[in-house]
Amino acid sequence: MHQMTIGIEIHQQLDTHKLFCSCRSSLVEEEGTIFHRRLRPTQSEMGEIDRAVLAQAERRMHFVYQAPKGVSCLVEADEEPPHDADVEATQTALTVSTMLGAKVMDEVHFMRKIVIDGSNTSGFQRTALVAVDGSLDLNGRSIGILSICLEEDAARKVETKDRQVTYRLDRLGIPLIEIATAPDMHDPDEVKEVAQRLGSILRSTRKVKRGLGTIREDLNISIPDGARVEIKGAQDLGLIPTYVRNEVERQRSLVEIKCLLQERKATPVPIAAKDISGLLQGSRSKVIHTALSKGGKVFCAALPLFAGTMRSADGRLRLGAEMAQYARSRGVAGIFHSDELPAYGITAEEVQVIRKEFELNEMDAFALCADLADRAGPALLAAVARANQALVGVPEETRDPLPDGTSVYSRPLPGAGRMYPETDVRPILIETERLRQIGENLPELPEARTARLMRVYGINEQQSRQLVREGHDDLFEEVSKDHSMAAVAARTFLSSYPELQKEGVELNGLSDDSVKAAFSALSAGKFAKEALPAILRELAKGQEVDHAISVLGLGAMEQGEAAQIIDAILNERADFVREKGSASVGPLMGVAMKELRGKIDGKEAADLLRKRVELFLKT
Amino acid sequence: MSYSERARQLLASSKASEGDTVRLKAGGKEHVGILMPHHEFSHPDVIVIKLKSGYNIGVRIDERSELSLELKAQDRPVRPGTIETSGDKPIISFLGTGGTIASYVDYRTGAVHPALKAEELVATVPELSEICRMRSKVVFSIFSENMDVEHWQSLAVAVAEELNDGVEGVIVPHGTDTLGFTSAALSFMLGDIPRPVVLVGAQRSSDRPSSDSYGNLLSAARLCVGTDAAEVFVLMHGETSDSYANVHRGTKVRKMHTSRRDAFQSVNTSPVARVGLQGDLETLSECKIKSRVKVTPEVRMEKDVALLHFYPGMSPDMVKKIMQGQRGLVMAGTGLGHVSREMVQVLKETVAQGKPVVMTSQCLGGRVNLNVYDTGRDLLSAGVIPGEDMLPETALIKLMWVLGRTERPEQVGLMMLKDLRGEISERREL
Repeated sequence: MHQMTIGIEIHQQLDTHKLFCSCRSSLVEEEGTIFHRRLRPTQSEMGEIDRAVLAQAERRMHFVYQAPKGVSCLVEADEEPPHDADVEATQTALTVSTMLGAKVMDEVHFMRKIVIDGSNTSGFQRTALVAVDGSLDLNGRSIGILSICLEEDAARKVETKDRQVTYRLDRLGIPLIEIATAPDMHDPDEVKEVAQRLGSILRSTRKVKRGLGTIREDLNISIPDGARVEIKGAQDLGLIPTYVRNEVERQRSLVEIKCLLQERKATPVPIAAKDISGLLQGSRSKVIHTALSKGGKVFCAALPLFAGTMRSADGRLRLGAEMAQYARSRGVAGIFHSDELPAYGITAEEVQVIRKEFELNEMDAFALCADLADRAGPALLAAVARANQALVGVPEETRDPLPDGTSVYSRPLPGAGRMYPETDVRPILIETERLRQIGENLPELPEARTARLMRVYGINEQQSRQLVREGHDDLFEEVSKDHSMAAVAARTFLSSYPELQKEGVELNGLSDDSVKAAFSALSAGKFAKEALPAILRELAKGQEVDHAISVLGLGAMEQGEAAQIIDAILNERADFVREKGSASVGPLMGVAMKELRGKIDGKEAADLLRKRVELFLKT
Repeated sequence: MSYSERARQLLASSKASEGDTVRLKAGGKEHVGILMPHHEFSHPDVIVIKLKSGYNIGVRIDERSELSLELKAQDRPVRPGTIETSGDKPIISFLGTGGTIASYVDYRTGAVHPALKAEELVATVPELSEICRMRSKVVFSIFSENMDVEHWQSLAVAVAEELNDGVEGVIVPHGTDTLGFTSAALSFMLGDIPRPVVLVGAQRSSDRPSSDSYGNLLSAARLCVGTDAAEVFVLMHGETSDSYANVHRGTKVRKMHTSRRDAFQSVNTSPVARVGLQGDLETLSECKIKSRVKVTPEVRMEKDVALLHFYPGMSPDMVKKIMQGQRGLVMAGTGLGHVSREMVQVLKETVAQGKPVVMTSQCLGGRVNLNVYDTGRDLLSAGVIPGEDMLPETALIKLMWVLGRTERPEQVGLMMLKDLRGEISERREL
């Protein structure tokens, strides 16, 4: 049996108009007109209210929307019915489906998928299934493609304050292609490769957006005895293997907790919380003191036989963290549990008082939550409900990815019942003739592109494949219009980029345009190629190329100036040069380059040094 | 478009009905899912099924396609709406008429349908029971564009019955397209009423999480219970934000946008009141207050009255022909209330035949004034009745109603010029 099973969903923004109106699909800085709305859960077409929808409704959110001009209109404001689906976006979805060998539906129907977190003003996301049953070849293995959908992106969350969330409507309605793979992957690194490959297929259509946030992945991960958990919206491809490894570890520890609890014959805990504010009146815990002084309460729930599962001594079992995440989703800052107490200002005596109150022995645990009563109560109950799930195993849930490679609970996994027909949008009949024409005019596939880059630009196969896989191919071709730049460009994208990233340089700040400008300055001889990484480092901070050149003192140097610098070096080390003769060139190269790096080309510097040494020895 | 013969036969031979799980083989593909109704805009050869994932897809069938029944749909018990009838809160009566506010997704047809019973509607807004006790009745269930004089009459009778039964208010969920016509008709037919009659609509259907129907219904109930106002009102969303609803006088309100939530606006006057979606009430202008009067609805109306929108080059002959079968005419003229010289002649002849002609303005905003220009003076001399600042639609309803009372021209003129139900305002403020 496989140790892990992973499927991914990839969401790629398209560079067309919005899916259901003629707005530009780009993100802007302006807030635009402000309005606010509330959403209510409604019955689905089948008469049931979805569990994920209910979980959101419990939070009773109030939403503020920013509607910037040009990129949002009455359609995004839910004040006008959607127009027909964008033809270019539809065409792109059909092209990608064909490239993945998927079967396209005879007629594509848009649906309303209920989402009431406010990210869609309507309360639903419009989505259509375009094709099914495709496949992707990866290193000789076939990865199944379950579905290709065309859908609208959600509004962009710009702020969450107390219970109020602010969204900007610029992103709402941007077309997304969603590709879902079968759960055919069993290795964290393979997942990254599949994502990269799907990315290069999507990019080959030339109709997709580039840059951070324009492609997002959902990872569906399960282990034997675990459950399907969805990590939703990972943006950094490089972190995918880490998300997978961490989730596998998390599920393994939850399975372990389940076994432990079963051994102890633990049973579900009543979903009840007791007000113990009286017991902790004089507590020096900051959290408890703050809650009580603003009129709040401390609620506590006993968790018989749970001791050591909330946080084991070795830190591997961390049910407490899971419970805290459920509690936080109800609006509190967190919970305390007995495995971590005494701590946080709660004394050993107070722990004993609580244990006595609930008649707990050492195998038993408890959790408490302090906040305003209408938050602390429900939050603790959610945490207790989560504790009970540990008896069953890993709960199915949706989790948010964090930048450190871990994830946090976001909501239960949505069921299938939350879709009903979008009657305002006409279904699209896909004629066979249209598919035939698409099939005959497919964009260049990644393999063909790899071969062409090698042939045209004279780079090696490994470089070419890596450029295509990592999505540098378009920019590479752009900057290598001057073919003499090709080798530098390949090295820059494949070596300098990772090095810069390791240094902590924010490569997302590096726009395609500024990279192009850097290469054209290089090609015009404004600086030497050795200085390129330093230039890029400046550009990533938002500097202009010319500014970067002058800040770094990299104005390309006249030979005469360089000769003067070399002569000074030789004069300082006159004895050494005379002693070693022409053999001093090698050792002096490092010294010279320290002064000349970026100002003149390395090879040029070596030639110049050799000549000046010869001259020096002659005089 | 409906099914092709081929699709119909395939469906018939499979014995599958909508809602059943079916297996469909077509074009080398095989799909299992729930058989859905044919979409109106689907190709005739397309059968729509709902996959397990929740997605609907259209499958185009040919002569080799196979359809088999996998599983019969289970009868889903319809959850009955529970309505709070005990307690001492005032009773509000809900009279259903259909329309977006009372609609749901009918998965048999895939469309939004105005068929939700008032009980069910009320049951989906449980907050109502914190405001009032409810009783409800479906008077009819139609799209509001299909409304006609008979519907107004039966609605007026039903409303009067409820009012005379002592309820604290009557709320009429109504499609928005002709909401303003119905509110004007009820205003004239009901006359003085002891308690408010509030027509509410929704610009976003109640199947959607973003629907404005909930806020509008709750605000209508709060208005009935929380104020002394007793007229026929239209209550609708006040602005694009979910902040407040405006209460409009039934004779001064018009749908001014095809799709926005705040489509309804008071014209030539301010709204009567504003109801915050949090429950706060604010009075903006005076109105009639609650009393103990009994309502005797006067529902007679002359149906053959035309409303015409004048435009440059409008054919006088066409109007002449139209007027042959009509008993009266409301003209929405240009500017202060003008029509072409030839048209003045036609209107003169119409008046001479004993058919009253009322002039309103297609500007909507402002008052008709036939004293300023020659054309206006000619119209007055021709016997045309200036419609003051009445909305053209309100003038139409009023003329229908007035002609139901009297046919004597001078009597008609007097009644049309007199403010009967707040339809004419003396003053218009900046």
